[in-house]
Amino acid sequence: MALLEVDDLVTRFRTDDGIVKAVSGVTFSLDRGKTLGVVGESGSGKSVTFLTVMGLNDPRHTETTGSVRFDGNEILGLSTSQMRGIRGRRIGMIFQDPMTSLNPVKTIGWQLQEAVLLHNDVTKEEARKRAIDILKEVEIPRADTRVDDYPHQFSGGMRQRVMIAMALINNPEVLIADEPTTALDVTTQAQILRLMTKLQKEHEMAIVMITHDLGVVAELADDVLVMYGGRIVEKSEVHDLFEKPEMPYTWGLLGSLPRLNTTAERLEQIPGQPPSLLRPPRGCAFNPRCPYVFDRCREELPDLRAGAVGEGHTFRCHLADEDRARIWDAKKAALEAAEGSAA
Amino acid sequence: MNELLVVEGLQKYFPVTRGLIFQKEIAQVKAVDGVSFMLEQGETLGVVGESGCGKSTMARCVARLLEPTGGKITFDGRDITHLNRSDMRAVRRDMMMVFQDPYASLNARKRVGAIVGEPLEVHGIGSDQDRKRRVQELLEIVGLNPEHYNRFPHEFSGGQRQRIGIARALVINPKLVICDEPVSALDVSVQAQILNLLKDLQQDFDLTYVFIAHDLNVVRHVSDRVMVMYLGKPVETGSKEELYAAPKHPYSGALLSAVPIADPTLGRARRQVVLTGDVPSPLNPPAACHFHPRCPRFVDGRCNVDEPLLTPAPGSTDHAYACHFPLERWPMDEDDFRRSPSESVASTAE
Repeated sequence: MALLEVDDLVTRFRTDDGIVKAVSGVTFSLDRGKTLGVVGESGSGKSVTFLTVMGLNDPRHTETTGSVRFDGNEILGLSTSQMRGIRGRRIGMIFQDPMTSLNPVKTIGWQLQEAVLLHNDVTKEEARKRAIDILKEVEIPRADTRVDDYPHQFSGGMRQRVMIAMALINNPEVLIADEPTTALDVTTQAQILRLMTKLQKEHEMAIVMITHDLGVVAELADDVLVMYGGRIVEKSEVHDLFEKPEMPYTWGLLGSLPRLNTTAERLEQIPGQPPSLLRPPRGCAFNPRCPYVFDRCREELPDLRAGAVGEGHTFRCHLADEDRARIWDAKKAALEAAEGSAA
Repeated sequence: MNELLVVEGLQKYFPVTRGLIFQKEIAQVKAVDGVSFMLEQGETLGVVGESGCGKSTMARCVARLLEPTGGKITFDGRDITHLNRSDMRAVRRDMMMVFQDPYASLNARKRVGAIVGEPLEVHGIGSDQDRKRRVQELLEIVGLNPEHYNRFPHEFSGGQRQRIGIARALVINPKLVICDEPVSALDVSVQAQILNLLKDLQQDFDLTYVFIAHDLNVVRHVSDRVMVMYLGKPVETGSKEELYAAPKHPYSGALLSAVPIADPTLGRARRQVVLTGDVPSPLNPPAACHFHPRCPRFVDGRCNVDEPLLTPAPGSTDHAYACHFPLERWPMDEDDFRRSPSESVASTAE
């Protein structure tokens, strides 16, 4: 049985301008010890999906339907106090900006201890010891003295390590990481990603990696969700996704990535802007930007359907199989030619 | 040869002071310390490095938004290092900047027309009618609707705002555009649009770019030449082809190997070098080679005593690096990188 099963999740926000359909019919599952990569542009609903899973949306302005089962139990609609037993204990979360997610007027040690004391019946001394241990585990040098430092005394990469420590301090079964390395330098990003994989092995933890960087997904994920306009548009095992992406948005994402190993003069660009979730386009949400659009795309939302490899790889697109195969083969040949001339 | 911008030994030191009234200088932060490069008309110089390496400070000194402590900047054949404000104003017609944050760099209370037209107004170019025509022309060139002339910045998305920033930079036909991380805050698909736009504009208007970024993929895509900086100093410079095909400085090597590869099979198979630690404080930089405490090829008694100078690579005119023990090959073997060269000499001798 999957550890986390999300079924037909819908999240809508009531705003002054109308209803924002932030997440529409998202279904996926996550097994123990696996990594799920979630990619999409800003506003694609990737963060909101997991805020909903964690029950972190403001209930006054949010309508949520669907089901979120964690370890077999429904957790959508649990009360705040019931959620508290899961959040921070069995599901940990780290956010993008490590400066704004830490309290600037409390020491790192105080903030880590708080997380321990909230969920465990231990003394302050034990909690402090646990805080120091976890700082050592995330490779913070001189953990026993740095535990009394304030967030501003740490660099960006170190703060992100502290955030990871805080998320892991109660040994969660799932770690949800929302763009954990976006604000960091490449070298620090490599350190943090390596640390996360190491900790994942040691703790047999499942990771949800929310990112807009396909490179990060390619390095870490077992399975990938591509999101667009609040919906999953492609879902696949990672090697299969990069080998044979099935729909135009994913092609566009892969093509628009500047790479180290190509000499292509121009990047392929996806024209236009991501759709407004307040007034999403009729039919397929990607149709206004899609180069292969035809009448049916403007009328009818394509269902998630399986491709050549079966249920393991599903996508939303009306294009016929042979057309998609032809287009991707041509794109792939062009990408490989550019890589070949670079080498 | 038409050298548009020549920078020689540029330095920028910030004073660190103590005391409220009698501010006593107690130390200096050497944010930029001896940067030299030369840029021809129509070329792009990419500048890369981790945050805090002085790349933005360097750009601001070149644009004279900060007063350089030392060195010489020659722009279009004229020494501009010590020009006064009014003389500098004339030079700025040919030198514009595009900034990183498309949200913070546009005045939220001004209309797009006024923002893009401001350089024209500052330099007193054209009548109101001419200016409006020029602004609308520019909006069209950067891919915005000229009818959006009267809108406010908040009505645009991040990518569109960056286009406004680019239109503002180009409205007075500059020769040099300094782009300080222009795509770092954007989504991949929008980033590709902006990068393509910058390349097209460069061809159409014969622009010269100084392009600052921390993303090596982006720098590779736009640059002709690349400079890698570490703690205020260039550690390696070279043509894009040479530097990416055969980096010599271990820091460049580490930066390159840290970039995630968008191919699960290739990416997971490669040997990655992960640097430990952070960039040290520029207030108290490590002795000699600034990179030595993090360098896997560090040799005690050499790297921490004797500062390596930027020297040309053998057999190349354009490729230079500052390292006593440069990388012998690329892609490197993990062992070459880990073991210090003296040990590897010893082990082969056995």
